[in-house]
Amino acid sequence: MKVLAAMSGGVDSAVAAARAVDAGHEVVGVHLALSRMPGTLRTGSRGCCTIEDASDAWRACERLGIPFYTWDFSERFKEDVVDDFVAEYAAGRTPNPCMRCNEKIKFAALLERALQLGFDAVCTGHYAAVRPGPDGTPELHRAADDAKDQSYVLGVLTAEQLEHCLFPLADTPSKELVRAEAAERGLSVAQKPDSHDICFIPDGDTRGWLAERIDLAPGAILGTDGERLGTHTGAQAYTVGQRKGLAIGRPAPDGRPRFVLEVRPKENTVVVGGRELLDVDRIEGIRPTWAGAPLPEAAAGDWFDCQLQFRAHGEIVPALARVGDGGERWLIRPERPLRGVAPGQTAVLYRGTRVLGQVTIDRARNRALDEAPGPDGERTAEPDRDRPAQ
Amino acid sequence: MTTPDRVHLDHAATTAVRLAALQALTEAAALPGNPASLHASGRRAKLCLEQARERIAAALGAHPTEVILTSGGTEADNLAVQGLYRARRAAAPERTRIVLTGIEHHAVLDVVDWLAAHEGAEPVLVPVDDDGRVDLAAWETALAAAPEQTALATLMWANNEIGTVQPVAEAARLAAENGVPMHTDAVQALGAVPVDFAASGAASLAVSGHKVGAPVGVGALLVRRDVTLEAVLHGGGQERRLRSGTVSVALAAALAAAVAEAVAEQPTEAARLGGLRDEVIAAVDALDGVRLTGPRDLDPATGTPLPPGTRRLPGNVHITVPGRTADALLFSFDMAGLDTSSGSACTAGVAEPSHVVAALPGRTEADARATQRFTLGRTTTPAEAAALIDALRTLLGPGV
Repeated sequence: MKVLAAMSGGVDSAVAAARAVDAGHEVVGVHLALSRMPGTLRTGSRGCCTIEDASDAWRACERLGIPFYTWDFSERFKEDVVDDFVAEYAAGRTPNPCMRCNEKIKFAALLERALQLGFDAVCTGHYAAVRPGPDGTPELHRAADDAKDQSYVLGVLTAEQLEHCLFPLADTPSKELVRAEAAERGLSVAQKPDSHDICFIPDGDTRGWLAERIDLAPGAILGTDGERLGTHTGAQAYTVGQRKGLAIGRPAPDGRPRFVLEVRPKENTVVVGGRELLDVDRIEGIRPTWAGAPLPEAAAGDWFDCQLQFRAHGEIVPALARVGDGGERWLIRPERPLRGVAPGQTAVLYRGTRVLGQVTIDRARNRALDEAPGPDGERTAEPDRDRPAQ
Repeated sequence: MTTPDRVHLDHAATTAVRLAALQALTEAAALPGNPASLHASGRRAKLCLEQARERIAAALGAHPTEVILTSGGTEADNLAVQGLYRARRAAAPERTRIVLTGIEHHAVLDVVDWLAAHEGAEPVLVPVDDDGRVDLAAWETALAAAPEQTALATLMWANNEIGTVQPVAEAARLAAENGVPMHTDAVQALGAVPVDFAASGAASLAVSGHKVGAPVGVGALLVRRDVTLEAVLHGGGQERRLRSGTVSVALAAALAAAVAEAVAEQPTEAARLGGLRDEVIAAVDALDGVRLTGPRDLDPATGTPLPPGTRRLPGNVHITVPGRTADALLFSFDMAGLDTSSGSACTAGVAEPSHVVAALPGRTEADARATQRFTLGRTTTPAEAAALIDALRTLLGPGV
């Protein structure tokens, strides 16, 4: 195969490319320039796409004896990842920019160009596996190394994309073996620190970075009954689950602490309430994709068993899910209530090691919130028609 | 060049070192002695250095004392622009204007930007036409608008991206009429078109060794004797106190050998490369959606052919391919065995949009990202030009 190896300048992509070469593929290394103003040097694990990273990627390619190019995707990255990240926060949601980058850049813009130029596949250092399903349609699976597994951030890939993905690190039992292999192969990046945080916020101060890009205005802090309890400094500065910094003069009637339950940027309000209301047991997601063939029972509109993960390396919870709204909306019922679920996050559904697909969380609620009495004393929520009969 | 099975079409980036330059380099490098030393060994080194200087001067229409050796073209441009600006302002602080075009090399543009940011310079950009040629009427107007407030003018002799040869002598005459010294960057012109410093009327002129077959690491600034510059590098006072630092006799000797050969070969090479270039341009013209950038060696009024190098560098072909990007084009040619250039500056391996194409009237930002440059040179053979024509048809022709 003609393989385009995406080279970040890190150890994983270098070893992945090396394995692709060993497998007999014709490999070309490409470093994606994603920043218009690349920093010159890395400091520790911070930052990304520096000139040093490009240079490390080049050095690895020379070591492997493969051609190397740097391709500029900075414009696409700014529009599809950075601007989207700001817009999502401004809309009160909590996005995952790495997933967005995989969805829009690595396995879209880059893959598209690779196919145009006659390549058969894009190879990356992701820890995840592509395996043929029962009917031959490729499926996405968790990596052998649970600690490094990155199937979550790849959950957005479709069968069509998976067809052209090569993840040579899939079966590696641990990252340490990858480092050892890199050292053995004479790759200078063998001991390079892993990247953390969001690559385009090199100092790691996401809140400060966002504050420079989103206009914040004071507004109302509301109780679940709609009563005004205080004033906030800007709705987008608050996160679901936050307790500190609420500046509510009066204590709750029951004396218990209150937490941010919901951020409503359109109205510039923040809704607060008791801790128990943070327990999410009903999740609705939009913009669904299947990673491989859709489940037959899902197509029939039935509830299906799965496991839910809503954060990279986050907890894995048994759940039931159902495709509704003509396929546009997935309903998810975790087996037990979850904390820290927020709109904008990606819910990836698994069955065993297989990634079934993903949705962007649109609503994450505690049933009690919907069933809280309205101002006229009536219950505002419709009866829970969607609750599976069990 | 030396890589087997590669067709090198990037001579404007650098070109093979000439045998004569290599011989001069190794012979002079074996000499002991610092040319500034007063003993016999020093005198011998100095003789070698001064002979090199004389050869360079003779080849470029300059007097030997006008030749300031530098580390290359970038340093020569920096010395000229910074040096002229500071010296002119030292004489009259109100001289803050710098007249130039937007298609100058970064070694000039970025210096002017730096002077604007840190030392109060006011860049005055003069427009160029569709071919990148400076608008002389606008040039004159810009100079005459405030000659007493103008520190210098600067105009490259030939453009490194799109090959436009500028009317340097006319521009320098207009500058002189307004009492303004003009610098010219002749890095791409040297060896490609006739370059005569005295006849040009320029106050200073920059050349680079490795573009004409000397090793990288040496160049020169020609500075007229009646022009005052402030030094940028201070120290031992070498090179008329304008460029301190021990001069590399070996590199000077190599530069002299390369410049002498390049200038001697210039008329025949211009004719030979111009012919190959026009074959490539004819192939470009036959491709739908591919457009030549820069001028042709044709009389603009009558369409009559002019000698190669009259309006366009004899070895330069530059195209835009709307809908493609420079890096993807480069990749395709590279995979086909051809060394080409995106045609603009790179940052960390990424081609920036071309500031030259962007400055041309009627060209868009998209054009500036869709560029590719092919530059022929001394070692280019008819077979290599034919390989380029084949690749152009294969990669950009119908059905692709």
